[in-house]
Amino acid sequence: MSDTLLDMKNVMIEGRSDRQWKPIIKGVDLSLKRGEILGLIGESGAGKSTLGLAAMGYTKGGCRISGGSINFDGIELAGASNEALRQLRGKRIAYVAQSAASAFNPAFKLINQFGEAPVQHGVLSKAQAQSDAIELYRKIRLPNPETIGFRYPHQVSGGQLQRAMTAMAMACRPDLIIFDEPTTALDVTTQIEVLAAIRDIVREYNTAAIYITHDLAVVAQMADHIKVLLRGEEVEQAPAREMLSNPQEDYTKSLWAVREFRRAPRPPRDVNETPLLVVENVSAAYGPVKVLNDVSVTIKRGSTVAIVGESGSGKSTLARVIMGLLPPSKGGIVYDGTALEGVGSKRKRGLKRHIQMIHQMADTALNPKQRIKDIIGRPLDFFIGLKGAAKDARIRELLTLIELDPDEFMHRYPSELSGGQKQRICIARALAAEPTFIICDEVTSALDQLVAEGILRLLDRLQRELDLTYMFITHDIATVRSIADEVVVMQHGVIVEQGTNDDIFTPPHAPYTELLLSSVPEMDPDWLSNLLAERAEESAQASLT
Amino acid sequence: MNNLIFHLRDAPVSAWVGIVIVAFYAFLAICAPVLAPYAESVSVGAQYQTWTSAHYLGTDALGRDVMSRLIYGARNTVGIALATTFLAFTLGASWGLLAATLGGWFDTISSRLIDVLMAIPPLIFALLILTITGTSVVALILVIAILDSTRVFRLSRAVAQGILTMDYIEVARMRGEGMFWLIRKEVLPNAAAPLIAEFGLRFCFVFLFISALSFLGLGIQPPTADWGGMVRESAKLIAFANFSSWESATFGLAPLLPAGAIAILTIGVNLVVDWVLHLSSGLKE
Repeated sequence: MSDTLLDMKNVMIEGRSDRQWKPIIKGVDLSLKRGEILGLIGESGAGKSTLGLAAMGYTKGGCRISGGSINFDGIELAGASNEALRQLRGKRIAYVAQSAASAFNPAFKLINQFGEAPVQHGVLSKAQAQSDAIELYRKIRLPNPETIGFRYPHQVSGGQLQRAMTAMAMACRPDLIIFDEPTTALDVTTQIEVLAAIRDIVREYNTAAIYITHDLAVVAQMADHIKVLLRGEEVEQAPAREMLSNPQEDYTKSLWAVREFRRAPRPPRDVNETPLLVVENVSAAYGPVKVLNDVSVTIKRGSTVAIVGESGSGKSTLARVIMGLLPPSKGGIVYDGTALEGVGSKRKRGLKRHIQMIHQMADTALNPKQRIKDIIGRPLDFFIGLKGAAKDARIRELLTLIELDPDEFMHRYPSELSGGQKQRICIARALAAEPTFIICDEVTSALDQLVAEGILRLLDRLQRELDLTYMFITHDIATVRSIADEVVVMQHGVIVEQGTNDDIFTPPHAPYTELLLSSVPEMDPDWLSNLLAERAEESAQASLT
Repeated sequence: MNNLIFHLRDAPVSAWVGIVIVAFYAFLAICAPVLAPYAESVSVGAQYQTWTSAHYLGTDALGRDVMSRLIYGARNTVGIALATTFLAFTLGASWGLLAATLGGWFDTISSRLIDVLMAIPPLIFALLILTITGTSVVALILVIAILDSTRVFRLSRAVAQGILTMDYIEVARMRGEGMFWLIRKEVLPNAAAPLIAEFGLRFCFVFLFISALSFLGLGIQPPTADWGGMVRESAKLIAFANFSSWESATFGLAPLLPAGAIAILTIGVNLVVDWVLHLSSGLKE
């Protein structure tokens, strides 16, 4: 018996669109030994998930495996019968999806869903499955392992749910687990716990894994080998340390270089200038739930203020208060010396024009039934009063400004655009109102690193050319470091620390800022191990004193 | 338009069957005076004649040509059903979208009011009102349209609420767009697909409802030809039919003709609706 567990040779997968088959994976080889972790990286659309699923002999609806062989431990999966595949899936090959919240059935308790696969496959009885679940919950370091399984999916946090799903995938002690971006939707502080838990449990049971992600720093912590994909083809594969220290191909190098974006230094501004926007002691609540508590921020003209914090810290709520979508219960907003009405609909149109917002998900921020020229044209008509030919000319100008070809894009629908292009359209729509202040709510977090970098460069250029002021909401520390003048750190609806970029990133930090900063994964493959050791030591010392 | 032709090319066989059936009925209804060999409500021969060349589908109890009455029936029954469905949709959809967009007390009061209307069995409610108002065509259309608009209200409100959580609605609201602009430009285009599918289904129900009312004697009144009424008039014939020879058996088949016309149209519309629903669901398989 050889120790090669999975051997995929020249795998080709096609997807059906516009009445014809188009290649998605164009002949990729992949081989995996027992107990080995392979990191699969690439931008979205590279075919990472499709290849990962193919390792189970599965394709998504509308796709088919059109060539090559997938050999799992001596069994050929390409073209295998559904019955044969059913014997393997869940039992010997398991899958952990990106969004645990939508992968769990909300109507059943966690522990009952845990038991589904082993009971179905006849590996464990129902009672055995329950005790095994508790055992695994303990190993994966879930709090209260005896009782957490008896909760429903909505009663536990996102990070815990992702760990519960990893435990569930472990139920039959499979030979291979496919992790499809398991931590992408989590905060940095939670991500660490989940990463450590996954790594330990996979090592303990000597399970082989394919780890799909677009985050290089994450893959650096997890994988033994790294394979880079681009448009359905392999770019290169190498052992993790080698790949990180010495990438061979240009594309890989460009991926590695993304994190080094720094904007050019700005000339200093007049210190006595009136601030553009002041948030004065704002408190706000959704019904009885208090979200913001006495928050004050001052934003200077032409600067970029970054608001950081984990989800639930009140970052987006602050944006909603400034936009007038949520009237504050206390305090107020002053724009350029004028106090703004708490309720947005009472603000004057001329004043509203100056404050624009760009949303996180460009997908849901663009009406799918409107053409690009209507989406950008509406604010031109609404705020500026442009009509007909003048409006068309201005739409063309705006599209050129965001580096898209007007002739090509004006008449398209949002569904015909890529993620990065959609976000550019959102930026153009905000610019159409000729604003002075733009709130960017996690504008790059749904995008690939290369595309995100393009958006950041664009925003930076626009700021210089149009003298814009940004409020940048994000949980990505790398982004903050590269573009912010000032940083505001929030936690539980309160400002923990605020200051200039340099102040915040030079020690000493406030304790929460310290936690946040140290949790950002680094490209060093030993980073996670070192950090965990460090934190363990600190808590040991703390308990001594 | 190009889009529609594109979808038609991809349509499955079932959808094509549905389209052909619906087109055939539409053709009959529109060209009824040209196609029907005799007038709608004139005695043209002896009563209860068998299927012969003079009257291909025989004559009824008053000596009227059955085939002509079937063709005119398409015009009457389907025409009234269509008008009713349109009215029900105009009422229900605009109210539903309004309730979802405005929210608050307007939504609460509208929804409870609709609940009250929906709590009463529609057939009994319709019978009650039609007995009071009398059975004119206008009363018939109004009563059924109002009863049916409650279901449309429910659907359009639910669909709109899903759309209203989208960020592009928030963007429009931040811009300060008026309510009618929001409904017309942002919500309605996205709600169109499920509403069109519902239109087809609602049409079937309305159409069956009218036939049921006609069968009970409160729908379209004689001598106007109507399929529900025709079933009622000839229903008792089944009991007296003589199945010894083909000729005499046709006499017993009389009630099955209008009933079949109702059934086939219902199936045809449903086949088309299934396809539209599938398109709007965005599933690839």
